[in-house]
Amino acid sequence: MSESAPNSREFLSASSGSFIAGSMLIALLLNWLPWQGWWLALRPDFVALVLLYWCTHKPYRVGIGMAWMVGILADVADASLFGQHALAYSVLAFGGVVLHRRVQMFDLRQQTLQVFPLFLLSQAIYAVVHWQLSGHMVWEYFISSIFSAALWAPLTLMLQSLRRPRTHSAQQ
Amino acid sequence: MEHTRSFRFFNRGPSQAARLVFFSLLSLLLLFVDARFKYLEYARHILFVPVNALQNLATLPSKLWHESGKYLVTQTQLVQENEQLRLNITKQAAQLQQLQVLQAEAGHLRSLLSVQQRAEYPMQLAEIVSVERDIFKRKLFLDKGSSANVLAGQIVIDETGVIGQITRVYPWVSEVTLITDKDHTVPVQVLRNGLRAIAFGSVGAGEIALRYTPVNAEIEVGDVLVTSGLDGTYPPGLPVARVTQVERNPAYPFARITCTPLAGVDKNRQLLILTGLPKLPARPEAEVEKVISKPRKFPRKAP
Repeated sequence: MSESAPNSREFLSASSGSFIAGSMLIALLLNWLPWQGWWLALRPDFVALVLLYWCTHKPYRVGIGMAWMVGILADVADASLFGQHALAYSVLAFGGVVLHRRVQMFDLRQQTLQVFPLFLLSQAIYAVVHWQLSGHMVWEYFISSIFSAALWAPLTLMLQSLRRPRTHSAQQ
Repeated sequence: MEHTRSFRFFNRGPSQAARLVFFSLLSLLLLFVDARFKYLEYARHILFVPVNALQNLATLPSKLWHESGKYLVTQTQLVQENEQLRLNITKQAAQLQQLQVLQAEAGHLRSLLSVQQRAEYPMQLAEIVSVERDIFKRKLFLDKGSSANVLAGQIVIDETGVIGQITRVYPWVSEVTLITDKDHTVPVQVLRNGLRAIAFGSVGAGEIALRYTPVNAEIEVGDVLVTSGLDGTYPPGLPVARVTQVERNPAYPFARITCTPLAGVDKNRQLLILTGLPKLPARPEAEVEKVISKPRKFPRKAP
């Protein structure tokens, strides 16, 4: 499997547009579950995770434009200022697209270390926007990026196994 | 497949950066416009309709869980609850009797003092749909919007006190900023001696602070704060908070006073929206005059 042999390219079925859209939808629904209090602060950003997965694995299908549109939806849902999530996700998608060859070269543990700064950067954008608006820095925003990075490996495994053709999965 | 495409990646390299610059500038522009002006509310309303449908879908499992729990109550529970409710009714009936007497007495006194009679405000029951997802903002959403004639600025209360104020109205949903929100202020009065102050929400969890109150102000722990009604937004006499801590340090000009809200700010499910706001005769005209007189620089040009 891919996590044991980093450079072995296994055959993955061409992921259809509806599969990508479906995964984004499920990520949005997970983000919009009624999280509260500390759970909210600890909640990994599922949308950012799925977005980054597609940006690193399908950089020509999912890019900055799609990230921006998803960000606008997230802004409406959170009643935050227009552009806050859009900016964060655009920067995240840019990082994902630019680094996609490097990320794919590594195994999952090294990938986690590679994507963690990207999550940190996108959370830093929320924190900076919040700081500009309210005048004080909120460090709790950064906690969730740790959990997002920790979920990177399970999420990648899950999406890879969903993309793998059915007949091959019996042999693996 | 990805190998063959990888050459195109390098060709497209600069365009990724260009795209980032384009979308970042667009986001920053939106941020600026949304923070400074209110032009984007209409777009937000349109986008809110599909987003709200998806949000309802996300909260469906928990709602189903609660509903099924409601359906499966045992008979003993129901009997117990019935008894408890009957007890409550008797207690409250007694209190209601007292209240009627007090109301009559207060009305009499007020007419004696020729104070303008305060009207009973018409109310509208609304249910909480969802709570704010940003833990640093204290906001929630109610299921009544502009289709139910809810207006921004109306006051939301529960049976014990003030919850907050409606700050944004969507077609079917409205957003309430709680009194514990950092950017929210309520003009209050100490019930015991009538001292006026302004209650600010605080960054910390569920507290209210009385800022800009002098060190020697006559406030004690346990004092009840009610709205003073001087802003024309909050009607007078609604309970707001109880003082829990007073720190008087002579080194500072102001005392540090912390209060807890009396209303169940993060407890209830059903809330009341006050639809008819009190009429303050003098205040609105004074405000209009101020707005008009501001741009005038030369008093002799005034009519």
